[in-house]
Amino acid sequence: MGMKQPFDRIVEQHGGTVLRVCRVVLGVHDAEDAWSETFLAAMRAYPDLPGDANAEAWLVTIAHRKAIDVLRARGRQPVPVGDVPESASALGVPGAGDQDLWRAVGALPEKQRQAVAYHYVAGLAYAEIAGILGGTADAARRAAADGIRNLRKHYPGAAAEGAPS
Amino acid sequence: MNMPLDNFASPSDPATLSRLRHRLALAAEVAGLLDVAYTTIDSPVGGLLLAATPKGLVRVAYEIEDHDRVLDTLSQRLSPRVLRAPRRLDAVARELEEYFSRRRQIFDVALDLSLSSGFRQLVQQHLPQIGYGQTRTYGQVAELVGNPNAVRAVGSACATNPLPLVVPCHRVLRADGTPGGYVGGPRVKRELLSLEAAAA
Repeated sequence: MGMKQPFDRIVEQHGGTVLRVCRVVLGVHDAEDAWSETFLAAMRAYPDLPGDANAEAWLVTIAHRKAIDVLRARGRQPVPVGDVPESASALGVPGAGDQDLWRAVGALPEKQRQAVAYHYVAGLAYAEIAGILGGTADAARRAAADGIRNLRKHYPGAAAEGAPS
Repeated sequence: MNMPLDNFASPSDPATLSRLRHRLALAAEVAGLLDVAYTTIDSPVGGLLLAATPKGLVRVAYEIEDHDRVLDTLSQRLSPRVLRAPRRLDAVARELEEYFSRRRQIFDVALDLSLSSGFRQLVQQHLPQIGYGQTRTYGQVAELVGNPNAVRAVGSACATNPLPLVVPCHRVLRADGTPGGYVGGPRVKRELLSLEAAAA
């Protein structure tokens, strides 16, 4: 069993990834609340997490559950597109394109959106994603591939070459 | 990874995350989960890490002790529920600032001595009896705690003091009047002694 790091370091290392995952699964509007719920629940459970566990997969699993709570609470309405992060692109592609991206992500079926978030944003393996979503690793792989294909269709800038396998 | 997935990041993320971490620290305190709160402050003797449990101040660490390693130790020995949460340290941070500007001679915050035990803790409990601007030898402190032969053990108790500055091990000197060792380095020990001598 590895050394148990101070929880602050877990937040430092994985806070950004969890925020992006929450954004993709829930939209920008609810992402911050889901982030807060996720890390508070994680801090509660942290002393029982084995020291050699994959902290990021563990956090994404908690975030997945918190996101389901939020989705249920709002009656499975589509992801709101309204609030886009200010100057959203880290790649210097400003403005309308990102609005289109969020609209395209919001239009994905829930499972595809989750698979895309957990694989392409959090970098989890399909076997780990299957553990979160239920079903097989192959099903998780198909959901992520379908999600990317749908994104490409509705958001021409989308290209997922070089994504982790 | 290629476009567009990097677009889920935003240049405002660092500010957002900083706000979310602040909010988490407050929520964790309310939920009773903040076992160890810490912060870091600047001081005339370098950066200081301050850490507190709900019982009180549990650790003051100099930069040369390596703050990352200090946090690792707190995580192992007290609880891994450690967060940067400056609010719990506001009072001691203010008192330290007053101390360094010679406006304070006695620290008035609750202490948690659970990082030390036995004879070492006994010594550390007695050290605040050495008043501001005064000094004692290791031998005198051994007498003070009722164990005059335990001079070396007093030395170890001072060297492992988890609360330097606030528990004034810097006021304990060698019998020949030279400063002796110090957890913050011998130069810092001399600086603290001359700061107190100038003000006393």
